[in-house]
Parts: sequence; C-alpha cells; structure tokens
Amino acid sequence: MNMILRVVLYIVLAPIIGGLLEGIDRKISARMQRRVGPPILQPFYDVKKLFKKQVIIVSRSQTFGLIPYFFLMVLTGAMFFAGMDILMCFFVMSTAATALYFAAMVTSSPYATIGANRELIQMMAYEPAVLLTCVGFYLAEGTFNVSEIAASDRTDILFMPGFFVAFVFILTIKMRKSPFDTSTSHHMHQELVKGLTTEMGARNLAIFQVTEWYENVFLMGVVGLYLVNSNPMSIIWAIICIMAVYFLEILIDNTSARMKWQDMMKITWIFTLFTAGVNLLVLMLVK
Amino acid sequence: MTVIPFLILFPFIVAVLMYCIRVNKVRNAIAYISAVILMGGVLWLTAQWLMQGAQVITLTYPTELADHAILAAEIVLMCVVTFLCFKYKKYWISILSIVPTLMMVYVELYGPKVEGMTKIYIDHLSILMCLIVGIIGGLIVIYAVGYMHGYHHHHTGIPDRRYYFFMLLFLFLGAMFGFVLSESLLWIDFFWELTSVCSFLLIGYTKETAAITNSFRALWMNLFGGTILAIGIFYYAFTDGNLALHHLIKEGVLHNAYAVIPIAFIAFAALTKAAQLPFATWLIGAMVAPTPSSALLHSATMVKAGIYVLFRLAPAMKGTSTGTMIAFIGGFTFFVTSVMAIAQSDGKKVLAFSTISNLGLMVACAGMGRPETIWAGVFLMIFHAISKSLLFQDVGATENCLHSRDVEDMHGLLYILPRLAMFMFIGIAGMFLAPFGMLIAKWSAFKASVDSGNIIMVFFIAFGSATTSFYWTKWMGKLVSHTHLTEAKIKDITKKNELISLGIHAFMMVALCALFPILSRIYVDPLLNEMYGHTGQVLPEGLLYLLVVIILIVFLVPFFAYHYSRKQQYNRKLSYMNGVNVGDNKKFVDSFGEEKNLWLSNYYFYKLIGQRKLMVPAQVFSVAALIIMMIIVIGGGAV
Repeated sequence: MNMILRVVLYIVLAPIIGGLLEGIDRKISARMQRRVGPPILQPFYDVKKLFKKQVIIVSRSQTFGLIPYFFLMVLTGAMFFAGMDILMCFFVMSTAATALYFAAMVTSSPYATIGANRELIQMMAYEPAVLLTCVGFYLAEGTFNVSEIAASDRTDILFMPGFFVAFVFILTIKMRKSPFDTSTSHHMHQELVKGLTTEMGARNLAIFQVTEWYENVFLMGVVGLYLVNSNPMSIIWAIICIMAVYFLEILIDNTSARMKWQDMMKITWIFTLFTAGVNLLVLMLVK
Repeated sequence: MTVIPFLILFPFIVAVLMYCIRVNKVRNAIAYISAVILMGGVLWLTAQWLMQGAQVITLTYPTELADHAILAAEIVLMCVVTFLCFKYKKYWISILSIVPTLMMVYVELYGPKVEGMTKIYIDHLSILMCLIVGIIGGLIVIYAVGYMHGYHHHHTGIPDRRYYFFMLLFLFLGAMFGFVLSESLLWIDFFWELTSVCSFLLIGYTKETAAITNSFRALWMNLFGGTILAIGIFYYAFTDGNLALHHLIKEGVLHNAYAVIPIAFIAFAALTKAAQLPFATWLIGAMVAPTPSSALLHSATMVKAGIYVLFRLAPAMKGTSTGTMIAFIGGFTFFVTSVMAIAQSDGKKVLAFSTISNLGLMVACAGMGRPETIWAGVFLMIFHAISKSLLFQDVGATENCLHSRDVEDMHGLLYILPRLAMFMFIGIAGMFLAPFGMLIAKWSAFKASVDSGNIIMVFFIAFGSATTSFYWTKWMGKLVSHTHLTEAKIKDITKKNELISLGIHAFMMVALCALFPILSRIYVDPLLNEMYGHTGQVLPEGLLYLLVVIILIVFLVPFFAYHYSRKQQYNRKLSYMNGVNVGDNKKFVDSFGEEKNLWLSNYYFYKLIGQRKLMVPAQVFSVAALIIMMIIVIGGGAV
C-alpha cells in the first residue's frame, strides 16, 4: 500500500517539484548573473504555452522517440520510489535516454544530429559511474533493493564518499549543465544552436521539458538515498543535501565554460576510476 | 535413442550429396529438405529426452567400429590440411595438424582402454547446444540457399562452387552435433578439429588473396588451440587413465591434482575457439567469407563450442587459478573489443567485434564459475546466438540490395528498405536494450562478479557496457534517421527464403524476451542443478511484472502515439540549417554560394581507438597475462 502511495506521489508531485527546481535554478542563475530573472513559476507557464502552440514539426516520427522517452523515464522514477532494484532503474533510464537519442536523430537535422551524437558520448561518459554507484550501494548494504537500502541503519555516504563525489560529478553531465552541456545548450546563439532539442517544438518540446523534470527528481532521489536511513530525521538531512547538491550544480553551471567532449570523456572516466574505483577497492577489501 | 547417431551422421551423408549434385535446383531442394529434417531431428531428440524425464542420459554403444572410423577420419583430415598447407606454402602450419593427430592416434592405440565407457552424454546443456545448432543452423542453411544465389549473381568474378559451400555447411553441422553430444575426449577432439577445418575452408571459399591469408590465420590459431587441447587430453589419459569428460570435471571439482593441468589446457584451447584475445584476429579476418558462413560459424554456433567447453568445465574452474585466468581474459576481451567496435563502420566488422566482446563476457562468466554467472552466461549464449544470427543474415541481405554494408550507407534504412531495417532494429535492440534478456543477463553477471569479489571484472563490465551501448545505439540511430541519400531508388531484392529465416529469428527474439523468466524456471534452473546440485536465486523479484510494463511501453506506446498523432493537425517545416536550406532537408548553400548535399556521419574515433592502434598492444598484454597465468597454474598443479 505504502509502495503504491509513493509511486502515485512521485507521478503526481515530480513534475511540480521538478518545475519548481527549474524555476529556482533560473532565478538563482539570474541573480548570479546580476539579472532579476523570471518568476519561479515561469517553467510552468512555458510548458503550458508550449502545449497550446501550433504543432510545427520536421519529422512526424519524432513523437515515437519522445513518448517512450517520457514513459520510460516515469517508469524509472516510479521503480525507484517503489523501492525496486536500483541497477534495474538505471538500466531502464538508459533505455529512456536511447529513446531520446532516436527522437533527435530521426529528423536528420545537422544540429540535432550533432547534439544527439554528443548526448551518446555523454551517456558513455557517465554510465560507468552510474553502474559503480549501484555496486557501491550493494557493497555497503548487501542489496540493490532501494527500499532495503533506505530502511537500513547505515548512513551510506559514510561508507561511500568516493561514489558520492563521482555521482555528483556525473550529475552535471546528466543534467546537461555547463561545462558538460555538450549536447544541448541554454543559449541558441552558439555553435550548437540548441543541439539535441533544435528540432523539437511546441508539444514535443513540452514533453521533453516535463520528462526532464521527472528525471531530475529521480536523480535527486538517488542523491538523497545516500543519506536516508531508518531514522526519519535522516530525510531532513537528505533534503538539505539535495538542495546543497542542486545549488552546487547551478554554481558550476554558471562559473564554467563548455568543455570539448574529448576532454569530458577523458576527465569523467579518470575521475570515476579514482573516486568510485578507489572507494570500491576499499569497500571490497574491508568486506 | 537412434536419433543421436542420425543427427551426427545424417549431415555427413547430406554433405556428400551436396558435393555430388551439380544441378542447382535439385541441390537446393535437398538442402531445404535436409535442413527441415535436421530441425525436426533436434526437436524429436528434445521431445524424447523430455519424455524420459529430462534426466542426464548416458549412452554406451559398442563403438569399436565408430572409434576406428573416427581415427581414420582424423588421419584423412590431417592429410587434407597438410596438403593445403603445402599447396599454399604455409608449411609450418601443417605441424599443428600432424602433431596433435599423432598424439591422438597414440592415445587411441596405446592409451587407457576404459571398458564400457560412456560415449554420448545428454543433459540440459548439450540439448540446449543441439537446439541452437539445429534450429539456427537449419534456418541459416535455408537462408544460405537464397543468399548464395544472389551472391554469385553480383560477384561474377568468383567461381560458383556452391556444391562445395553447402557440403561444408552440412559437414560443419554434423561436426557440431558430434561435438556437443560426445563424452569421450577423443571424439571431442576429432569434432573440434573438424569444425576448425570447416571454418578454414569456408573462409577461403572465394580464393581471393585476402580470403586465403585470413583463412590460414584462422587455421593456425584454431589448430594451435587443437594442439593445446590434444596435449591436455594426452596428459589426462596417461596420468589418470581415463578419457571421459565428466570424470575429469568431477575430479576437478574435488580439486584432484591430476585434473588441474588437463582442465587448464582444455580451457586454454577453448579460448582460441571462442576467439578471445590474443586470438581474436582470426574471427575478424573470417568476415571475408560469404555471410551465411559468418552467421553460422563465426557467430551463432562454432564459436559457441568454446563457450560450451568452458561452461562444462565451470564447476571445476570455480575459485581456481585457471578460473581466474579465464575470467580475466574474458573480461579484458569484453572491454577492449567493445572499445574497438566503436571505431568500425563496416557492418560486418562491428558484428565481429561485438561477437568477440560478447563471447568475452560469456567466457568471463564461465571463468568465475558460480551458478549465477553460468545462469547469466547461458542466457547470453541463447540471446546472442539468435540475435547475431539475425543480424548477420540481415546485414548480408542489406548488402545484396545496397551493394554496401557500411553502417554510414544505412542512413535512413528504415525508409529505404523498411523490412530489413525492422529486423536489424530488433536484432540490435536484442543485444543491449531493456526489455530483452541480454540486459538481465548482464545484470546478473555484474552482481555475481561483485559477490565473488572480482573487482577487475566489475570494472570491465561497468566500462564495457558503456562502450557496448555506444556502438549499438549509434548504429540504430543511423537506421531511423530520415534519409539524406538522394540516389536512385533502391529495390528490395531479398528472397522469400531469406525473409522466412529472418522472420522466424525475429519472432524467436521477441518471444524469448517475453518468455524468458519462464525459460529460466523450467530450463536454466534445472541446468544449474545438474552442474552444481543447487541453483542460486538469480532472477530479481518483481522482474516479471517489470518486463511486461517495459514491453508495453516499448511496443504499444508508439503504436498509440501513431494513432493519436494521425488525427493531429500539424505544420511541417524544414529542419534548421541557419536558413540556407535549398528547398528540402537534403541540401544547403555553402560559402561559395553553391548547392551542397548534406551528409551526416557518426563518430568513430578510429584514429584514437581503432583496431590498428589497440589490437597489437591488447594482444601483447593478453599474451603476457596468459603466459604468466599458465605458468602459475602449471606450477601449482604439477604432480
């Protein structure tokens, strides 16, 4: 019963929380750039408007990529908050990301294709860290099961600081924040145009936007999982940690320039090896 | 169980017929009928075995005649290889054939005579192999009839020796049945050598320079493996006085000192057959052969022979230094070849590298030797056999239509050759995407390597699966992109029999994806039970429901989306090209004011991670690792 409630809550609340997070993101970014910035609810107005706009498309088949992307991402988060296998969650997430890649590739538009190809490289860059994170949870708790990890007495971050750092690092890639915003960008007047999302308009762009909210809430949930334990107080710590991480991402986003994908690839893999890898070694030896 | 000698002998008889009949239509008809009979035979064997309670069945024939026949055939085989080696001036390779053959002859004549020895051993694993060989092999033969017709139509420079080609295909099928059903190591060795030689002859089919060079490379590597196998058997026969495979495994499980060296040698030999590093190059070279032989030998069945042997030995390798060696080489191969696969744009080369890479994962699963890893390995084997066979056949059929098998030329294949593109899509999705069992198997292998504390394997799988997803996804992306090719219309000239085979493969692929939790319960769990006496709880809970949901999303949602979007009003526009499109999405105006075709390409990084750059260092490294570990094994196991 509890499980169904959590899933329903995720499905209903995730877009609201995700939208609010984006609104806050825009506001803080604006303040960092000495602008006033849009109202916090601006992302909701945007999406509402996108749904109302005339449907302009390059290729009809784009919907076939985007709709599975949306459903698979919702499924990922639902599985996570239902307390299922965390490794499975990430496998479903990578299938969702593949669907997004198809949605961008299908148009054969030069900018969308460049963005899609780079998105693929980003996936290759962050996947080892994601998989190793799951292994970290498994070693710390003896299970991949999210509900068991959350219900245990241990505070996982104490056992897996290296994994945590690696995960926060790849979060920047996953959230397409600068310096790793190689697949799409916030600003149109660059070599990428809008990369991955160049050819998405109106309803399609709205679907993409909402899916991103779901995704961000799921990712923040994983960040929280590092802190949550059987003590209800830990949830408050987890929320504080999530806010800190989110702020850190905004800060990084606003203070760094886009990196070449080659460098991103190298840095990410090496960083993963040295943080998650060393942590893994230690955990395995202690075990 | 008369069906067993039938399964082994019938293909040989058909092979002779294939060679003798030079009228294409008659030969094709016989090939069809024989393929169907073989499939029926395999199903009949399975049914009989199931009726007897799906137990282990051992058969002992009064086989003096068969033993002599095999001995004679082995010598004939040696003469053929030696003759060809001399003909093409590769004298030294003949040593690799003569030495093991003489060793086997010696064992046969002067070795231990075991009274009433079991000759045939049937259990879940061998039935599974028979099903793979019989069903997929049969379908590939059906496909080959159509394909070879088209092949000689386009490649007029190559002499039409289809009688020879089909002879080899059937010869190979018989050898494979013999290999997986035999219990006597002498028989196993003979069938092993026979598959090596069939592969060698098929690679050299076209008689072009590249084909001959590659065929001899495949020959020496496989014969080298055969020599190692022969040494292992020789040692086993004269120290232990036995020739039965399962006896050896039993002793290995008990950590009997006699068993260590033979097991290490046989496992080493299996590495060559499964094309692991440093022996991987023969399989890449083998891609010059016509597609059916690539599909049958070099992906779906023959390379699985190596995996089969390793699975057999797995309980005996668990926790030993041999197991460590095999797991390390497998994991290393999995990772390195998946990186190299990124740099390939030739469709068949990608398939070759991914085959080696997947075999590496299976080898690693066998090397770790835990029930969970074997569970994963068996599923990897099943899914890999079907989807690779599908992909190879499909790439072959596509090549016949497009006159190219380069992935870059498959841009927008979904709109040019929709049927073939759909099959290709299913095949590739089967290799790594979520609803398909391959991913679950990877999940299980990953978990088991954490459980067994194999840190290096954890890294290999974590990084290797990232690179694997990369090269498959970018290929799939090519298929779905809207076409920018402006050439004349391309006609789908795929023959009906090719489509039948492709269709059945695709159907099996999708059906297995839905049925595999059941398959796990009724087939793979008993298989593990036979090997270990118990099964590990492998399947994650709730997986079944999850699978159903994912299948619904992946297959049904796009369907409804289509219906929904049909009613929608939309405004179609050109894609964004800074406003320099020339009326359509295919051309733009360049800086000289001239029209230019748009050409989109994937990333390959071939200068960074190409075969030329990585293969030699990887080989050197794996040779060094193998030598060191073999020394440790032999040093630790010497009696």
